[in-house]
Amino acid sequence: MGNTRFGIYGGQYIPETLMNEITNLEKSYNCYKNNPEFVNELNTLLKNYAGRPSLLYYAENMTKDLGGAKIYLKREDLNHTGSHKINNVLGQVLLAKKMGKTRVIAETGAGQHGVATATAAALLGMECEIFMGEEDTKRQALNVYRMKLLGAKVHSVTSGTRVLKDAVNEAMREWSNRVNDTHYVLGSVMGPHPFPTIVRDFQSIISKEAKQQILEYEGKLPYAVIACVGGGSNAMGMFYNFIEEKNVKLIGCEAAGKGLNTDKHAASVAKGEIGIFHGMKSYFCQDKYGQIAEVYSISAGLDYPGIGPEHAYLHDTKRAEYVPVTDEQAVSAFEYLARTEGIICAIESAHAVAYARKLAPKTDKNESIIICLSGRGDKDVAAIARYRGEKIYE
Amino acid sequence: MNRIESAFKNKKAFIPFITAGYPNINKTEDFIYKMVSAGADLIEIGIPFSDPVAEGPVIQEASQKALEAGTNLDNIFELVKNVRKNISIPLVFMTYINPVFKYGYDNFFNRCSSIGIDGIIIPDLPFEEKNEISQFAKKYDIKIISLIAPTSEDRIKQIAKDAEGFLYIVSSMGVTGIRNEIKTDLKSILSSVKKTTSIPAAIGFGIHSPEQAKEMSKIADGVIVGSAIIKIIKEYGTNADKHIYNYVKRMKESM
Repeated sequence: MGNTRFGIYGGQYIPETLMNEITNLEKSYNCYKNNPEFVNELNTLLKNYAGRPSLLYYAENMTKDLGGAKIYLKREDLNHTGSHKINNVLGQVLLAKKMGKTRVIAETGAGQHGVATATAAALLGMECEIFMGEEDTKRQALNVYRMKLLGAKVHSVTSGTRVLKDAVNEAMREWSNRVNDTHYVLGSVMGPHPFPTIVRDFQSIISKEAKQQILEYEGKLPYAVIACVGGGSNAMGMFYNFIEEKNVKLIGCEAAGKGLNTDKHAASVAKGEIGIFHGMKSYFCQDKYGQIAEVYSISAGLDYPGIGPEHAYLHDTKRAEYVPVTDEQAVSAFEYLARTEGIICAIESAHAVAYARKLAPKTDKNESIIICLSGRGDKDVAAIARYRGEKIYE
Repeated sequence: MNRIESAFKNKKAFIPFITAGYPNINKTEDFIYKMVSAGADLIEIGIPFSDPVAEGPVIQEASQKALEAGTNLDNIFELVKNVRKNISIPLVFMTYINPVFKYGYDNFFNRCSSIGIDGIIIPDLPFEEKNEISQFAKKYDIKIISLIAPTSEDRIKQIAKDAEGFLYIVSSMGVTGIRNEIKTDLKSILSSVKKTTSIPAAIGFGIHSPEQAKEMSKIADGVIVGSAIIKIIKEYGTNADKHIYNYVKRMKESM
């Protein structure tokens, strides 16, 4: 077993039943990640099936309106299935297949990761079961039906607080029940090693492309890259190839829900403390006895009480900055992007857009800012209408 | 001889589990006394955690109810302090790593030692992460009880070699909860364990009937029962005393 940590964060805090399987996963991943046949197969899928490379779009209207740095949008929302989740899922499901697995399971919050997993399973001929908190199945009913259309079985999780963290609990329980033929497709840069590394590697294509694209358009690196953070997979993907470029600011936007002065938020860096949960040491929202807190965000995808261990490390070393964005700011950015650029983005991604609206006017016109538009917003339209007090049929 | 060793001395140990604070912390104390008088050799006291990933629905629900009833580490420590005045059998905590981490390892194990806790079982702390707590547990002489699972295979030797107190042999895949059939080849797991260590090995997960307890006690040094007891508490609530007593007595006598 290689290094399982980022500084003090990460590790493998999981039941013994899963330890051999997770060691096996690490070995298989290390064997395939540089295997030319595997890499070629994955790249072909990313290009011909997912639609990569994704566009780096110059948001001219937004740039003019904000009057500062040039705004670029990394359009992960244009990927097949409508979010960055497909990058990781194609990699993991292909890997699972090489490992001889015939069944994949996954947790999902907003449903984007569940839909992506169900899609890859349909494509690659794997059995698929998705765990989703009961609350989220209500918030994201459309995605539940999409997963069913794709042939997946969706389990509505009624334990605990019935949201994303409970879906992860249930997926872990199911995995420990059946490891022989089953791979757990973890959806974010979290969980026990090697998941944070595997998911980051598969998502790092976002910044690999974005770096080339911005150099082509601007001839220099951006002033900042901005992404929303729940567990942190799109942010890790957006940050990764810029970490070595010390002058590029890396900014993660956490869900501040109804405000950091309330208990209705999911800001694990701003308000959480170091803990050990879901297989990793990292920052978690928790009470003084170490019970994991019930968190809240309008965005089901950011409604998670922790953050991936590499983010915790980037925070401590001050290489990345994590900022809170409230529901209200996110909804207002969601509407703003729709009106200004004609793009309806995911409410998760709108957290990053919201912070860019603050940062761009303060930044020189010769600089550029890249926002990771991690997903599209069709799934959120009904919830935004509800937030604004309008009743529409989904 | 420490208390855990004497629990296994010349007999098969019956090890009941109870979630502290379910349905309330005062009843937990009564239930523990009933288990002791019915013949329990060692008691596993569960410190409830909000997200018990190794538990099935029965213990999940008990943990949630206990937390809702205001159970926390401070009142659990008080409970154990009182219990220890009246009983002499070994007591071990079973919990998840985060409550221990948050309390502070030194504080936690210091407190455990001063109230008479003998060992601790942490299902989300596998062999690779034991260093997290080992120096503190050692300092205060609290035994870390390691788990061996049906999937452990080549890991058995490494875990057993380092084992202390007793070994917890997980009978089945998945989470805790009653099972009518246990399919794992426990005989071969036990024989690998015994080749490596003389530490006693107890089997848990899924066991609920006297027949199973009898069967398991033939191949192991002890039998651990959790969900079946929690189910009795779920059914009878604060009136579960005599039902717990009868159940523990029946299980112990079968072994």
